[in-house]
Order: sequence, then structure tokens, then C-alpha cells
Amino acid sequence: MLFYLIKRLALGVVIVMLAVTLLFCMIHLVPGDPARILLGPRATPELIAGMSARMGLDQPLPIQILLFFGNLFRGDLGMDVITNRPVADMVFGQLPYTLWLIFTAIGFAMVIGIPLGCYSALHRNTLIDRVTGVLSVACITVPAFVVALYSLLIFAVTLNWFPAVGAGEQGNFWDQVRHIVLPALAIGLSWIGYLARLVRASMLEVMGENHIRTARAYGLPERVVVFRYALKLAVLPTVTVIGVGMGFLLSAALFTEIVFARPGIGKLIFDSITTRNYPVVMGSVLVSTVLFVISTTLSDLVNAWLDPRIRSSL
Amino acid sequence: MNDALLTIRDLSVHYHTDRGELKAMRHVNMDVPGGSIVGVVGESGCGKSTLISSIIRLLASNAIIPCGSITFEGRDLLGLSREEMRRLRGDRISIVFQDPMSTLNPVLSIGRQMVDIQYRSSASRAHKIKRATEMLASVGISDPGSRLKQFPHEFSGGMQQRISIAMALQAEPALLIADEPTTALDATLEVQIIHLLKKLQTDIGCSILFISHHLGVIAELCDYVVVMYAGEVVEEGTTREVFHNPAHPYTERLLRCDPASIATKTRSLPTIPGEIPDLVTLPQGCIFKNRCEHVMTQCEHLVPAWIESHSGHFVSCHLAAKPGND
Amino acid sequence: MIDILRRITREPLGMIGLVLVVLIVISALLAGVIAPYDPIELRIVDRLQGPSAAHLLGTDQLGRDLFSRVLYGGQVALKVALISIGAALGVGVLFGMIAGFGPRWLDNIIMLFFDTIRSFPTVMFALATVALVGPSLETVIAVIVVTTIPNYGRVVRTQTLSIRSNEFIKAERAMGASMVRILGVHVLPNVIGPLMILASMDIPTVIALEAGLSFLGMGVKPPTPSWGSILNDGYTLIRNTPWPIIAGSIPLVLITLGFTFLGESLRDLIDPKLRKNI
Repeated sequence: MLFYLIKRLALGVVIVMLAVTLLFCMIHLVPGDPARILLGPRATPELIAGMSARMGLDQPLPIQILLFFGNLFRGDLGMDVITNRPVADMVFGQLPYTLWLIFTAIGFAMVIGIPLGCYSALHRNTLIDRVTGVLSVACITVPAFVVALYSLLIFAVTLNWFPAVGAGEQGNFWDQVRHIVLPALAIGLSWIGYLARLVRASMLEVMGENHIRTARAYGLPERVVVFRYALKLAVLPTVTVIGVGMGFLLSAALFTEIVFARPGIGKLIFDSITTRNYPVVMGSVLVSTVLFVISTTLSDLVNAWLDPRIRSSL
Repeated sequence: MNDALLTIRDLSVHYHTDRGELKAMRHVNMDVPGGSIVGVVGESGCGKSTLISSIIRLLASNAIIPCGSITFEGRDLLGLSREEMRRLRGDRISIVFQDPMSTLNPVLSIGRQMVDIQYRSSASRAHKIKRATEMLASVGISDPGSRLKQFPHEFSGGMQQRISIAMALQAEPALLIADEPTTALDATLEVQIIHLLKKLQTDIGCSILFISHHLGVIAELCDYVVVMYAGEVVEEGTTREVFHNPAHPYTERLLRCDPASIATKTRSLPTIPGEIPDLVTLPQGCIFKNRCEHVMTQCEHLVPAWIESHSGHFVSCHLAAKPGND
Repeated sequence: MIDILRRITREPLGMIGLVLVVLIVISALLAGVIAPYDPIELRIVDRLQGPSAAHLLGTDQLGRDLFSRVLYGGQVALKVALISIGAALGVGVLFGMIAGFGPRWLDNIIMLFFDTIRSFPTVMFALATVALVGPSLETVIAVIVVTTIPNYGRVVRTQTLSIRSNEFIKAERAMGASMVRILGVHVLPNVIGPLMILASMDIPTVIALEAGLSFLGMGVKPPTPSWGSILNDGYTLIRNTPWPIIAGSIPLVLITLGFTFLGESLRDLIDPKLRKNI
């Protein structure tokens, strides 16, 4: 178990390092001096040289990468070249917003999607099952930013039920809740469809397994068979899918944060990319890759907690 | 036989398929007397599983029962509501399935599952755990108290089958259905499980309906034997009668194919040539005619009658109907 | 082929998908004929109108006819989808075959490359590339090609590996058949079905990605119409008029739905085994 965790985290470190190195290489390969682009056409050569030095771009590529990891080791992600604030502060200041958004969205999708999938599987080929099937596909295919635009248009601008912009007043819990509803809906909608389909398929598979026949043959009431004996197995694939789906969730969060002008890591990446603020791009990509690694590891651990077979093989 | 615990009369089960109605089981008659062990033998696809599923009423959703009755302890099971039937299952009728490795729920502990199936009892949780521990001990699992906390995959196949038996007999049912409980196990384990079943049957005093395609096991364990072929019962009688005086050509061939009965060394195991007829479009006449060594003209068109060749020994074959021929 | 088409039209969802796809593809192809206005022609006088007989979907802040822009936007979407998926298929088949038939070390390197691409959030990768190279349709296509290659490469590799160990392939190689011949005769016909299904199910994802990048201002350059850039206009005008959002989203949603329904019924008809790896 401990060995597994160490192995897993070591692999995660390798992936993160690979990603950062790739990003450095890309910046290096691209034509045009980032400092010149950032400062605009009227900047003097001295200014550009100074900016290059501040971004660490005056060093040879391998030194840049080594320096980055060296600083990283001390918890230093570099400085924002525009506002001169530590990147670590910026990233970790924005991260909670994105995490809350993602958790709310996925929680909301689970609360609706899993029961829907179960119901469909247990009432196979009924009208509700068919309608759920078609709606699930529809939910999956509609891009998150389109859902975000519509919910903004309908519920915020037209009906004025929910606020349109921002994440809510600091410390005012109720206000923050009101601000998270629409963005979470935008991210969660496609996951409702996805989870409903997934749970339906795995529930159908589990209900056909021999041990369910056994449980029925011992006369266990159907609700016990479904909720205690089948459901636990049927949601196992969901955990893995959510863990691996962190990448999609982050992408959806990026769009949603932009549409709702909501603080968060996605908006930070977008803003820093459009201003070519490389240290901030580095920092936030690094953190989102780490997030991805953590979420896949976490989903493995949750699976192990739910499934004794995996637990004893770790 | 009025003292029978389970009486099956004229039972047919069909399945709706894309090709048409698959007549999986036709006009089956069978009795399981109280306190006895009845074996059902036949090749795969002969309707054994359909028979079991119809007794516990867990047939696939595309199955229909066009005729027949199943009487258990004086009640017609086919006339019971789903709820009444569910209350009977695991209490008065219990079952042990074929493949022990997939029979138990993989993500719940053994103890949890054994306590769960005692949901009818109003006893305390501690009492239920004690009962589960006793049952595990009675099927020969050492240190049962601590093993209750373990999960199915932590046990071997033979152990899992013992646990299944413990679970099935926990409520002391009147009838235990054993669906090829030893097929997935190796020979030594098979003998152990058979002895265990026999011992528990005597202790509890229940009847066992034992399904197998292994004649040796049937001969060792059962009081009566029922031979099924392509969805029909072709022969029925005491184990001794049927094994020593097989009246149906199919039974006779089965006995000849059993490796244990082969005295001389041969290159290959004997098999019965031919295949089970298509159960969607049934042939006319005797169901076994295309594989029978003694096929006669009347077998082509006439369905053989169900006759008593000796007392208590029934068969459906035109050969047996001829006087002076058994 | 005709038989498959006939079977699809018998399924209600397949039929809906087919109709949607054909409708949108035709209207995009015939945009030059159907469109009542020039999609980039400015008519400030007519700005921000609602739907009317003259402007079916209204006009945007510069007085451009939204219906015409949507039609031409379809051309952009289909162009991106076809070029990028076609290129990804070609490269994917090539890499998959190399991985499957080449030496072990090469296979490992290619698989590592595939896995790294898949573990990256596509949109982040796209944003980073666009920010570095600059927004253009070519960049979008390049990003999509790179991120979808692994989808096809894996299928081809698996098939190649399983064919490779067949006895008759060993015999053919022993008799001097060239590798190209073996791949062309034995591998390619076997993977074409699954690849087509995967590709038709990737089309909606690709169209949505193009729209998303254009929405962020990282796709087509203005004033070229794209569904994403129409939506972006709609976002900035959200307090003034709902029509650009409606105009931009309707074809986007319909075509993703259409291709998904079509792709799923194709998959269920041709290769139900693929269902597991949706």
C-alpha cells in the first residue's frame, strides 16, 4: 500500500517534470522574443533585455529548466513580470475557486446522474429509460461554454435569478453559493449525461452477475439487492472516470470562469497566456498538472477503499 | 406420492427468442420426497438450469410457463405473488450455485453477507454473527470468527463453496437445490463437498435436489435420480434401479460414457454421437431418435408414453413398452 | 454501404442524426447560394436587429446578417473537422502501424508520446500553442491533429500487433512478402470500420473545440465568421440581444447531436464491441 503510493507519486513527479520541460522547449522554439511581444513594439532594447532577465529567458534552456526546478524545490514558482507578485501566491489564491467550482459541479452531476443511471438500468427499455438515454447524449455533446452562455443569458440576464459575474463576496457564504450555481451547472450538465450512461451500463452489467442472482435466491428484498449489493459495484467505474476526467473538468472550468468572469485557475491561465506572462503560465500549468496527477491517484485510493479486491492487490 | 416435499407436474418453460419460441422444458414431472436426495442428470442444455430457475422463480424475463404446477409444502409456487415467493426463498428453499468464485458479492465481507440474509430474524446483531460463526464452523472453516471479516477473494474456490453451503443452510431450509456445486472444483474437493452435504442433510433433515452431469457423484449421494434430455424427463427411479437397470437408451449411453465405468483401457473416451435437436422447431416423435442406437419405425412419429417399467421406475421409450424387454 | 445506410434510417435516432448532418452539411456547402447577405458586409444602420423576414436570425453589432454568418460559419467548422480528422487519421494509421510492426523500443517511445498527449487537458494545450504561435485556423487544425492522433494510432497498433503474431502472416513474411503489402492487405481492411466509427464520433468533439477556441478569440481571425466567434459576439452583447448566442449555438448543438447520433448508430450496427470504450 505504502509502496504503491510512493510509486504512484514518483510517476506523478515524472509526468509533471516532463510537462514543464515540454513547455519550456515550446517557448524556446517559438519565433519571436516573448519579452519584446510583452512590452510591445515601442520598447527599447535595454527594456527588453531587462524583461528577459526578469523572466529568466536570458539563460540557456537547460539552465532555465534547472533553475525552475531548483526554485520549485524551495516552493518558489517565480515572479509575475507584470505585477511583480510571487506566482505561487497568485496560483494558490485562485486555486480554491476552481476547486470549489469543480467539486460542486461533479457533486451535482453525481447526485442527479447516478440515480438517473440506476433508474434507467432497473427500468430498461421503458419510456423514461429511452428519454434519459437521448437526453444523456444531448447533455454530453453540448459544449460547456454553450451551456454557460445559455444559463447566463436565461437565469442571470433575463430572469435575474442568479448573479452573472464573479464568485461572490468574501466571507458571505450565501452570496458565494448564489454565484456558484450557474457555473457549476454549466460544467456539471455534460457530466450528468455521462455519469447516467456510465452507471446505467455498469448497473446492467452488475445486475447480470452471478452474485446478484445469489442475493435474490436468498430472498433479499429487491431494494437491498439494488442498493447494498449492486450499487457499490456499479459506481466503481464512475470513480475512475471522474479521476481521469480532471483534465476535461479543468478545461470546462476555464471556459466557465471566462464566461462568468469568475476568479480561478482557468481564468488565470487564459489571462496570462493572452498577455504572454510566462512565469504565471508555467506556474498555473504546473499546478493543474499536479492536480491531474493527484486526482487520478485519489480515484485509485477511493477505488481501493470501495473494492477489497483492489485493496489487497495494492 | 402425497408425502412429497416438492411435486412438479406437467411443467413446461418456453423462452421468447428472435428465432421463435424456444421450448426449453416440456411436460416435466418430478417428485422430491421429504428428507431425501434427488439427483437430476443430463448434458448441458438439457433444461437443468431452467428447471432450477423455475422452482425458485428466477427465470429470465423472456421466459413463459405455458402449463404445469410446482407444489412445495402443499402450496403452488407458480400461484404465489412475487413477494410471497421472495419470502420463501432463502428460508424454506435455498440454493447453492455452480461457480463458487462468482457466487458471493466481491465487495462485501462474508460476515456482512451472512448477517444480511438473516434479515427475517428479529435476533440481535450479536446473535446473528454468532449464528454465522456456527455455520462457518459446521462447514469446516477454521477460525470462523475472524474469517467473517474477510472478503470472498481471500478464500479458495473450495472454501467459497463451503461458505455458500453455510449461507444456504443457515436458515435450515426444507429444500436445498444444489446446482452442480462441485463442477468447478477438483476431484478431492469434490469428494469433501459431497460428504459435507450428506452430513449436513442428515443433521438438518432437509431434502436436496442435486443437479449434476457427473454420474459418479449422483450414485454416491442420491436416493433417487431423474434423467433429463433436451428438456424432457426420459427416466426416473431409485438410484439403484436406474444405474443397474437403465431403461432408456440415453441413460444407458450416459452410463457407458462415464469414465469410472470403463473397465478396459481405450484410446478415447466414448461419447454420444449427434447433437441435441433444435428446441425451436421440435422434431416429431421421440426426442432422442436422431442419436438412438435402437431407433425403430414408431420412434419417427409417435411420442413415447411415460410408463412404469418397474415399480417406481418410470421411462419414456418405445422399447420399454414392449413386453419382455427391459 | 447502401445496406448500412438503409439500416441506419430504420433506427429513429440514426435517422435524426443523418437528417441533421445532411441538412447542415448541404446548407454549409451551398452557403454562397442560400445566404441572403455577404457575411462580412457591414451595415451599421441595421445593427442589433431581432429576427425578421429580411434577417432570419437578426443582425449583430455591426449590422451583419447572422443567418448568413451562421451558414458561412458552417464551412469553417466542417473544413476544420474534415482536414484535421483526415490528417490525424493518416498520421495515426502510420504511427500505429510503425508501433505495431516496428521494433519494441520504437513502440515504447510512440506509446509514451501517445500517453503524454492524452494526459494533457486538450484545451490547455491548445491555448498554450495558440498563445505561442498566434491565433489562426491552421494552428487550430494542427492542435486538433496532434491531440487526436493517439485515438487512431492505438486502434491501429492493437490490430497490427494481433495480426503480426498470426501464423499466416509469419508464413507470408517468410515467403518474402513486403511489410507494406502485409499492412495494406491484412491490417488496413480490418481497421477501417472501427476507424470510421471513431472518426465520426470525434467530429462533434472537434467542431466543439474549434468553436470553443474561436469563442476565446484564439481560432479564426475576425471578420471571418465562425460559430465560436458569433458566440463571442453574443457574449459581449449579452445584455443587448440574445440573438447572436441563439444563432451561433443552434447549428453547433444540432451538428454535434447529429454526428453523435449517427456515430452511435453506426457503431451499434457495425461493431457493438466498441461500445465499451466510448
